[in-house]
Amino acid sequence: MTIKERQEDIIEEFEIYDDWMDKYSYLIELSKDLPIINNEARKDENLINGCQSKVWLDAKFTDGKISFFGDSDAIITKGIIALLIRVLSNSTPQEIIDADLHFIDEIGLKENLSPTRSNGLLSMIKQMKLYAIAYKSKE
Amino acid sequence: MNFDIKKIRSDFPILSHKVYDKPLVYFDNAATTQKPQCVIDIISEFYTKYNANIHRGVHFLSAKCTEANENARKIVQNFINANHSNEIIFTRGTTDSINLIASSFGEKFINKDDEIIISELEHHSNIVPWQLLCERKQAKIKVLPFNEKGELIVDELKNLISKKTKLITLNHVSNSLGTINPVKEIIEIAHSHNIPVMIDGAQAVQHQKVDLKELDCDFYVFSGHKIFAPTGTGVLYGKEKWLNQMPPYQGGGDMIDVVTFNKTTYNELPFKFEAGTPNYIGNIALGKALEYVSSVGINNIAKHEKELLEYGTKKLSQIDNLTIYGNAKNKTSVISFLLNGIHPYDTGMVLDKLGIAVRTGHHCTQPVMDHFNIPGTVRASFAFYNTIEEIDILYEGLLKVVKMFN
Repeated sequence: MTIKERQEDIIEEFEIYDDWMDKYSYLIELSKDLPIINNEARKDENLINGCQSKVWLDAKFTDGKISFFGDSDAIITKGIIALLIRVLSNSTPQEIIDADLHFIDEIGLKENLSPTRSNGLLSMIKQMKLYAIAYKSKE
Repeated sequence: MNFDIKKIRSDFPILSHKVYDKPLVYFDNAATTQKPQCVIDIISEFYTKYNANIHRGVHFLSAKCTEANENARKIVQNFINANHSNEIIFTRGTTDSINLIASSFGEKFINKDDEIIISELEHHSNIVPWQLLCERKQAKIKVLPFNEKGELIVDELKNLISKKTKLITLNHVSNSLGTINPVKEIIEIAHSHNIPVMIDGAQAVQHQKVDLKELDCDFYVFSGHKIFAPTGTGVLYGKEKWLNQMPPYQGGGDMIDVVTFNKTTYNELPFKFEAGTPNYIGNIALGKALEYVSSVGINNIAKHEKELLEYGTKKLSQIDNLTIYGNAKNKTSVISFLLNGIHPYDTGMVLDKLGIAVRTGHHCTQPVMDHFNIPGTVRASFAFYNTIEEIDILYEGLLKVVKMFN
């Protein structure tokens, strides 16, 4: 599946929720499926310190594809991380560099990525792209 | 005057608006307050009919704005019962006022190895400017601690004061816990050692009567936007004896007397500290906001907010696993709390979608959060236009949050 197709899947999944409470409940569900960062990787170098919530991110590069692992101390943030990882993991560095993450806007979570919201998510996307750039240079 | 909550709410147009199709419940008043129609109107009126740069203008409009700006200064003076209107400096807000004092008072009176006492309850804006000053001057900061209820341990002050103490600076009311500090007692202790005191009144003036003749502090600062006036307005009160000795903070127009390339002499108070074109229409609107508060009556406001605080504390305490941080005997209408096991950000996100505006996080008081060993809190802060019914909506919202996350 391409990054574009994964995003379309998510948009479709969210279409059935017109109530915000249901959307958040779904994000809470998704937070349980997050590929959790392992304990050794849960260190300060992998911590993205938002003003509101903490976000951890780690990446592995195998067979030309990147896999991401993450966590957060806030559950809704964790649900959004799960979505980001689902979209970007198992992709090549070039695919991640080129990715336009329009699904966030379309499922109504754009406000969570405003630079002033400081929940670490915007920095997380930046970090994911930086991992891709770093791994690409190793190819 | 009778306290008519319906009439008061109708004075604030934003309060009848909806967010996410739900009636707005605005409980983020410690961050900023909403504006009454009369404040909005006077801004519009001055830009529509009278706008012209103030001071030294020879024409009608300039005179009109100058007069209104200086009248606003007198309104501020009366509101806080200061001795002279020339002790009232208009600033951009509390942070600006504190930076002015730290820079100018600090330049003149703080030297190597001197000490400044601040409280553990301070907002970052009453910590960082002093740290910057202490770095420049190689001076030291000492911290007056608070107890588990969020009350300052005033007895500790005698151990902190030394011959090197040059200033004590603290807030009148804590922004994150709502504690009303015993500032009069602290000022008296400080003055018995000839130490001047600066009070950050950003969270006090909108809730209770502040009488500077009675308090006798050396500096008192507050923000306009937290007392129903526009953003970018603020006040620095300073005793004339200090302000006269302090060097100007910024250079520019209006603050000068005579300028030559060899030497410049400075204008008198308060203009010495007001370089550049001031936010005169903001200042005029600040005056209007203070008149509005006076017309409602600060004691009526305090009484209504006390009811909200008592009701809110009782109601929220009914929720299992809810912890309130800050249980001082004397408190303003602020409830800082956590639902155990639920991140404040998650709580705030859900409340937001129910139309309830609260603030989450450390509220720019990281040392206070460190004291309790928590990442932050959810803070509901009430103004006099809030109601018991709105607290019930918050209560129901919190029950929903608990259900969702547990």
